[in-house]
Order: sequence, then structure tokens, then C-alpha cells
Amino acid sequence: MSGLTVWVQGVGLLGPGLDSWAASLAVLRGMQAHAFTPTALPAPARLPPAERRRSGPGVKLALAVADEAVTQAQADPATLATVFTSSSGEGINCHLLCETLATPAPMVSPIRFTNSVHNAASGCWHIAVASRASSTSLCAFDGSFGAGLIEAATSVRVSGEPVLLVASDSPYPEPLHATRSLPDHFGVALLLLPVQSPQSLAKITIMLSDMDSVTAECEDASLEALRRAIPAAAALPLLVALAAGAPAQTVAIAYLPTMGLRLQLVPVPPAAPVEGP
Amino acid sequence: MTPLPITACTLTTALGAGSAATLAALRAQRSGLAPVRFLDCPLPTWTGEVAGVDAVTLPEALAEFDCRNNRLAWLGLQQDGLIDAVAAARERWGARRVGVFLGTSTSGLLQTELAYRQREPGGALQASFHYGATQNTYSLAAFVAQTLGLEGPGWVVSTACSSSAKVFGTAARLIAAGLIDAAVVGGVDSLCLTTLYGFNSLELLSSDICRPWDAARNGLSIGEAAAFALVERQVGEVGAVGQDGSAPQGWLLGIGESNDGYHMSTPHPEGAGAIEAMRAALADANLQPADIDYINLHGTATPSNDASEARAVGQVFGADTPCSSTKGATGHTLGAAGGVEAAIALLAMRHGLMPAGLNLRQADVDLRVNYLRNNHCAPVHRVVSNSFGFGGSNACLVLGGTA
Repeated sequence: MSGLTVWVQGVGLLGPGLDSWAASLAVLRGMQAHAFTPTALPAPARLPPAERRRSGPGVKLALAVADEAVTQAQADPATLATVFTSSSGEGINCHLLCETLATPAPMVSPIRFTNSVHNAASGCWHIAVASRASSTSLCAFDGSFGAGLIEAATSVRVSGEPVLLVASDSPYPEPLHATRSLPDHFGVALLLLPVQSPQSLAKITIMLSDMDSVTAECEDASLEALRRAIPAAAALPLLVALAAGAPAQTVAIAYLPTMGLRLQLVPVPPAAPVEGP
Repeated sequence: MTPLPITACTLTTALGAGSAATLAALRAQRSGLAPVRFLDCPLPTWTGEVAGVDAVTLPEALAEFDCRNNRLAWLGLQQDGLIDAVAAARERWGARRVGVFLGTSTSGLLQTELAYRQREPGGALQASFHYGATQNTYSLAAFVAQTLGLEGPGWVVSTACSSSAKVFGTAARLIAAGLIDAAVVGGVDSLCLTTLYGFNSLELLSSDICRPWDAARNGLSIGEAAAFALVERQVGEVGAVGQDGSAPQGWLLGIGESNDGYHMSTPHPEGAGAIEAMRAALADANLQPADIDYINLHGTATPSNDASEARAVGQVFGADTPCSSTKGATGHTLGAAGGVEAAIALLAMRHGLMPAGLNLRQADVDLRVNYLRNNHCAPVHRVVSNSFGFGGSNACLVLGGTA
């Protein structure tokens, strides 16, 4: 199998001690220590006021990283197909619904029910950017980032169109937290194109491989702890390689217990300034 | 797209377990809906409950997956020779070349709902609760992959009520890209409190049996179902029979996917996103609207869905193509609906039966399409199946009896 080749045109990132892609480059390049400071979620500026008030942390997280990726790439979100992937969706919403449903005469909030669907973030994003383009929402438990990356890259290759991949995970409150202990929010977005563009950051070729948990690790102990703790943070080895800018390298991404992803990454050097006569 | 052979297919709904029981019920125009009995739920509504789910016992090796959704999946997997067909595909292609892509909206969430009713004095869930193997959305695909011995890529698509239509597109893309040679697709959704009380809170649940396309329709009836299909790479010429000499059950000819980008729980009034999905599916199949013999509508029986869908279908197909919703028979099986209705489409083509839309008393004159009040027996070569979901998610499949 020759692999799926796509070009990364934009990146969004938000997680503990990682305030945005741009603000995280020094940490990802190993020039600054990573500190586990709690993730601060911005209000989703693109949403109409009513939807903004109703949006939970999971939606805020997904929209924040999606927004950063398309803004950085100067892409038109109204025409972009999307792949959203998450291990668990909106944890606080699920908890509150289950609490209500455990009462003798449950009065469920219609808005809470509407936002309980796994594709709530997708729905909000497409409303926010007025897009009728195709969108899917996936879950593969701890392998949700890998699943999203395969689906997004496959769609790019088969359709010949760009795809925005958004992987995000938010923690559950107790008592579910005790059974699924995500320590904080983590989200990453990648705008993937079928061809190179002036904004391309890197070319990546994705292949299925045997699971190799050792090489899927981050060298930095603090980033590795984050990678192990939150499913969407499985993207970190790719983000570290993207941030490095050079040289070309092979990156392993954890996916299923028996299957991983192997990514050949070739950074695209920033375009040289146009020389005068 | 290159037509994709569907080499095995099965469905288990309130109409019965497997294709034969389903076909018999469709022929008899019998509905599987009944006033709700599930968990003594006091809501005034009807449900399409599958018989025998509670009695399923999972094998010891799969015990941690035990929940209503996976029991229903297990029941569905036992029908129509699906397990043998998947085993043959696993032999043919290798376990790592067969993917598992399934749709569900609530997975094993009922397990969590029940666990919240039995919390420990300090508020903790009981130790017997297994989050990952039951509640988590991926539980269904993990359970099915393990049951069938498949090791290819897999995940769950969870886009509410379009989920198990969209998995056909996922499989087609991964096969086209060369990552896999075959995939088990479909969907499973089971009754739970979140959907019963949730749709009730939105005033989308009918207190009567659901009546798609009726002038007095006032909401849906929730059903539960398991539907599975095996799709495999075409070997040799398009349209050729399978390697064992048998003809496939049918063909995936095209898929269209879109979003409304309009509202989280209300479809676009003119069906703008639905129109895009149907046109994209026809283009993907390289077909014209006149090439379609029958449309299996999303047809939930909510006032807004049926009105919006009728406008969309009218825009794309005009007023003549025979169509119906089978949700009056099965109920709305949510994340399993796309898979269920794809399986019904294959039955329609194999048996020359366009199933009636049940429970219709007074047709809504504003819904100007050729809606079937009674079964219509005629050759059916190509079917369009619509699935629309919350979050504005739309999927449309074009299925064929031949390539």
C-alpha cells in the first residue's frame, strides 16, 4: 500500500499549557518547558449569541481549534468538508442528563438533549460558518484521533477536496470521571489538502501499521504524560514534528490496540520572499 | 463511484429477527409498533421494541460488553448467515483488510442511565459499571469486531439519525483508497431513557402510533434495531458475480452527504441540505432522477421533517417517483435507521416489493409526492434511501439490484 498523501495547510491547538498552535511552537520545539496549566476555553465567536450561550465546553473546544486552523490557513470555512472525532463528546451534558433521568419524574431540558448528540460540535460549526458541505463525527475510544485522521485523509484523496479534521476531548464530571479519567480538555484541528499550496506546512503520507506504542511516544515527559492521558492528544507526536519544521521524519501515531499509523512527514520550507529585479 | 457489491445483509427490528421475518411483515403491511412497555416508562408513546433482547446472553469472553445495545447487536449478527459470510470474507482478504464501520446514536448509554439510579451512598457508580465497553460510543464497533474476529480499521460514526447510512460512504472511500478490501457496515441503536424523554421534551414524540405523511401526524415512535451489511471490493468486471459464484444481495451505487448548516434539531424548511445530499448521491451513481424506481423516505412523522423532505424530494424527483416511509412499521430506529432502510431497499429490489407507508389515515395534501398507501409489487432496480439527523446531518444512498 502506498499510503495516503495530504498536505497540512493549517493547525489549531488547545490544551493544558498549550494555548494555541502559534503560542505552543516553543514548547513543541523543546525550547520552553511544558507546564500543565488548565485549558482556558474561549467563547465561540463565530456562533450567534443564542447558540454561544448554549454551547458547552466540548463545543467551545472544538470550535476554537477549528477556528484557529482555518484562520491560519486563510481558508473559506463555508465550503469546507469536516471530520469531527471525539472519544466522548460533551461529558458534562451527559452527566446532567443521566442525573435528571435518575429522578422519579424526569424533566429533561430540550436543549440539553439536542446538544447530547455526538455530532453537536459538527452541527454548531456548520451553523456558525453557514456550510452545507459534508461532515461526519466519529468515535474510536482511545483511538479517536487516528480514526479521524484516516477518515479525513481518505476523504481528501477520494474527493480531491480539502477536509478540516477536528479532534477534541473534554472530561466527564464525577461520578463518570472515576470511570473515564480525562484530566482536562484537549483539541487539535488540521486542515488537509490534496495538493500543495503556498500555505502548506508539510506533506504527510499516512499508512496503517502494526501498533508500535514505543515509537508513538513524545520525548518530552510532560507532553508524553498528556498524550497518554487524553485520546485527542495522540496527535502530539505529529504536532511536535510539524512544529520542528525540519528535517523529514517518520512519526508513529497510536490508534487501535492492534493497529497504529505511520506518518512520513516532509516539511515544506516557508516560501522565500520574491526577489526583486 | 465504482459500484460496490453488498455480499451479505441482515436486519433485526420490531418486525422480527432477520430478512424473512421482515419481508413477511412488510408483505402483510404489519407494524411492529406497540404502546411503550420498556422499563415501565410512563410516557404516553409507542415504541418498536425488539423481542428477545433481554434474553440474550453474551459469551463469557465478551461479558464486559454486556448492555442492551450489544445484546441487540449480538441478536442481529446471528441472522441471515452474516457470521459465515464475514468469516469467508476474512479468509478471502485477511482479518486486517476487513474494516468495521457502524452507526449508533446512544450506544450503551442505557447502562449509564441505570447506573445513575443505583449510585453508591457517596455518589459513585457501582463497580460493575464498564464505561468503555458499554456507554462509550465506540463500544458497538469494538464488540462487533471482536465477535467477528476482524482486525482492520474501525470506528463508529455518530451523526444522530444519519449515522448508519454514512458508514456505507466510509467503507466505499477506504476501499477506493486501498486501505481495506471489505467492511462490515450498518448500525445498532436500542431503546434508552435519554431518547424517550429527550424527544418527548422537544414535543417530537407522538402519543399515538407514528403516522408518516399524515395530515394529522404529530411526531415519531422510537424503535430499536440492528442492521449489518458486508461490502467487498469488486473483483474482475463490474457486475460480475462473487468469487464463490453467487450474486451479491445488491450494490451500493452512490452516496451523497451534506449538512444543513441551519439548526441543531429542525430541518431546513425547504430541505436545502437534503436536496444537496440527494443530488450528490445521484451524481455519485452517475444516474438521473428518472432512473430511480422507489424512494425510501426518512419520513419520521414529525410535522417539520415530512414537510421539508417532501419539498426536497419534489425538487429533485418531481411528483411521480413512488416513495414511502417504513418507520410506521419499524419505528424510528435513530442511529440504526440508515442501515435498516438500506436493508429494506435490498429486500424491495430482490422481491419486487415497494413497501407501503403504514398508519396513514388522511394524507397531507401539502406533501406532493407519490406516497404509497399500499404495497406495490413491481420490478425495483434502483432505490434511493434518505437519512437525516440532528445537527443538520444528511445522507442519501443509491442502491441497485444490479451494478
